[in-house]
Parts: sequence; C-alpha cells; structure tokens
Amino acid sequence: MYSELVMEHFTNPRNVGEIPDADGIGTEGNPVCGDVMRIYIKVKDGRISDAKFKTFGCGAAIAVSSMVTEMIKGKTLDEALEISKETVAQALGGLPPQKMHCSNIGAEALHKAIEDYKQKHSSR
Amino acid sequence: MRKVYLDHVATNPLHPEALEAMLPYLKENFGNPLSIYELGLKAREAIEDARGKVAALINANPQEIIFTSSGAEANNFALRGIAIAHQNKGNHIIVSRMEHHSILNSARFLEKSGFAVTYLPVDKYGTVNPEAVKKAITKETTLISIIHASPEVGTIEPIADIARVAKDRGIFFHTDAVASTGNIPIDVNALGVDLLSMAAHQFYGPKGAGALYMKEGIRITPLIYGGIQEGGRRAGTENVPSIVGMGKAAELARKDMDRRISHIKPMRDRIIKELLKTDHIYLTGHPENRLPGHASFAVEYIEGESMLLLLAGKGIYAASGSACTSKALKASPVLLSMGIPSNIAQGSVVFTLGEGTTEADVDYLIETLPQIITRLREISPYGKGWDHPEDLLMQKERT
Repeated sequence: MYSELVMEHFTNPRNVGEIPDADGIGTEGNPVCGDVMRIYIKVKDGRISDAKFKTFGCGAAIAVSSMVTEMIKGKTLDEALEISKETVAQALGGLPPQKMHCSNIGAEALHKAIEDYKQKHSSR
Repeated sequence: MRKVYLDHVATNPLHPEALEAMLPYLKENFGNPLSIYELGLKAREAIEDARGKVAALINANPQEIIFTSSGAEANNFALRGIAIAHQNKGNHIIVSRMEHHSILNSARFLEKSGFAVTYLPVDKYGTVNPEAVKKAITKETTLISIIHASPEVGTIEPIADIARVAKDRGIFFHTDAVASTGNIPIDVNALGVDLLSMAAHQFYGPKGAGALYMKEGIRITPLIYGGIQEGGRRAGTENVPSIVGMGKAAELARKDMDRRISHIKPMRDRIIKELLKTDHIYLTGHPENRLPGHASFAVEYIEGESMLLLLAGKGIYAASGSACTSKALKASPVLLSMGIPSNIAQGSVVFTLGEGTTEADVDYLIETLPQIITRLREISPYGKGWDHPEDLLMQKERT
C-alpha cells in the first residue's frame, strides 16, 4: 500500500518530539479520520533551524510528519510556506489517494507553525 | 522472521482435507450438475452431499440450505429477498447497529426503495436488547435481522431471545452467522431463526462459497434470476468445487468443534489478561459472551493502522476498525454505536485465533504489542497529558 520511503519514514521517523521553547507551533487535525499533527519550529536568522513533531495518526500521517520536518530544516520561512500536500507526497514517493489528506494535514500544520511564529514576532 | 497470523476473522487457510475433496471437481469431475449424463450426476451428487453436511453443522434439513457465492450474498439475499417477497404485508424492517456492511447497505437499498428501517442501538458491550427489538416492532414489520456474533468485537448476541420476540409477532427473523458458524455450536431450531447466513472460509472452507439457511416453506424473491438451480431461488451454474469444499469444511468443523474451542479459548483468555495489563488499553465487546478465539481492544492515545503496520513489521497479522483502515476514513460504526469515543475507537486492534495458533505465538504477541504501543505513544501528542483529541479538533473548527 505504501512506498518504501513512506514505510522507512514511518518505521524510523525523524524529528519526533517537542521543542519546549519553540518559536512557532502549528496543530492541524482531520475531524473525519481523527488524525492530528503538531509541528514545532525554531527560527534563526530567518531560517528554520530546527523542527520537531508529535502525531496521532496512521502510517502515512507519521511518515508525512517526519518528511515535512526534514524538508523544512534550513529553509527560509517563505521557502517553507511553498511546501504543499503535493510536494510532501511527492517527496515520499507518492501516497495512496485515500491518504492524501494526511499530507494536507502535514502542510497545514507547518503553515500554522509559521503563522504562529510570524504573529509572535510581529507583536514584539 | 516469525509469522503469526491472528486475523482468522478476516479469513482462514483452506483445510487440507477440504482441498483434497475439491480437487476432483476442479479436474476430472468437471460436469455441469444440470447435465443428465454421468459427469453431471457426479457433480449433482457432490453438491447434495455437501448440502447435507452444511445442514448437519447447524441442525437443519438439507433442503433448507441454499448455496451462495459468499456470506455477503446470503445477507443480501435474506434481507432484500424477504422484504420484497412480503412487502404486501408491510414495509418495515429492523436491524441493529452492529450489523455487517452487507446488511446495513442492503437495508439502505431497501430504504431507497420505499421501506422503513429501524437501526437498533446497542449497549456498551455491543449487545442488542430483546426488549428494544420488541418496542421497535410496528404493524408494518416483516423482518428482523440481528447479527449472531460480531466479527469486530466478538460479542455473541442473545439470538434465541430476540428470535422469540419475532416469532411471537409472526415476523421473519434472520441472523448473520458468518463469523460464528463453524466456530461455535449453532442449532437453528434451538435458536428459533427463520434464516441464517454463513460463509465457508470462516471455518477453513474455500472463499467464494456461502450459504443461506431458510426454514422450509418460506417464500423469497431471488437476487439472481435465470435457471432452476437451488430450487429456482438462486440461478447460475453452481461453484461445484467450492461447494464440495464447504461441505467438507462443515463436516470437519462439526467433528472438531469442541477440540478447536478448547485449543483457542485459553489462549484468547491469556491474550486478554496479559494485554489488559498495559495502561489505557480496553477490551471491546462482551467480556464473556464472545467468540472463543476473539480478543479485541481499543488502545488509547494511538491509532490502529500504525499498530497494524508495526505489528506486520514484526510478522504479526491482525485487524483494526480504525478510520484509517477503512476507505471511508470513518471510525468503525460498530465501536461508535457501543458508545466508545471516536478518539479511542481510532486505537482499535483485533486479534482472532485459529487452529494453527500456538502458545509461542501468543507469547510473541504479548511481548511485542506493548513495545509497539510504547513506541507509538512516544510519537503521539496525547501520551503525556496533552489536550484531548476532540478538543484539538474543536479548536480547528473554531479557527
């Protein structure tokens, strides 16, 4: 059902955990299937220096979380905002059609984390 | 890697003796049972022999057995066939929320065709209350269909009590016994049912073979029109090899049932006892009135498909009713109907044992699953006192 890369990220997920002093936190869920992802980012000099995640969900959801956090490290916020459900799924070698919503949750959680960072930053 | 098959409710391996019985009908005895020459007569005799064996498994008469292609077809046939044949007497049927999709979707089809359907609620163990059945009956009710045993949570329903309610009102009563036939003793007369569905692969017969028991004298509208097979009630050239395999499997199930149950039940009990030692894991279904080889759980804070994939990675094959394992992406309606919150229903995992299950398999499961649970909880946001999932989702709706 899943590509080898999806299974690799699912069985050995990268960046699992929380960042206690995160600069931005984004949570996204799918009320239909119940999957929930939370992404934490640290930002240094306009670039994402660290990212971690916590996910409640299926194999695809965990693999997407792992891939998203890998993809954004070192990127500027604008570059990270370009990550979409399609680019995440593509980076994982594709997802079954019924699992595409998982990559959507990952991209949305990331976007929310960046928004959170921007909000905190602009209010300072 | 060690392989442990604990998904016997999905299907079973074909019994070697059933395969042996089938082989001549896949090779030299290939005749059409309707042909009047020897090859045809051999095939006809084989079908009638199998009919007798399937009937004996549930204490029915051979002429009360109609062969079908599956348990799902038997369920469709019973529901639609009876409702339509007797719609001049009424247009209301009753089913429970515990039913298989082949019953629920047939009920929805009937609703679209102008029938009224009552979907009965169940208690926390998934049990249908006979009193609730009684209350749901109207003067239009012609058929009640309640599952005998749930493949998802293992609960065995009080079928004899519910059938009595139906009989008292002169209403036809059907039970979907696909998960139970061949696995626990069934006597259609003691249960008092009018119709009962079964599937061969649930008791080590071949896939593609099912049957509907229908009490003699009941009128039914066919699903498949054509020839005169199965007394004109189910047309189509019979799947002779599979029917023969079903007959052999039924004969073996009848002979070996006590031994099979004594083999799997203590192992099932050990799985339940040991796995319940893990924090935040719950048994789903009835604690006692459950299929002898059925152990089903809901594991809080994690999701079922993830568990299945990691279990499969360790060579253990199981099932789940989580939303992510269903194409509809909805948590199991059976678990939700039992009042299990959707976030906990997401962590459903089902282990079903069979003839080939060993104590070493059970040891391996008991050792492996808690490690997988711990690992997934480390990834999950809910393992360490985070917000409740439903709160997070409500948060989403607010934003």
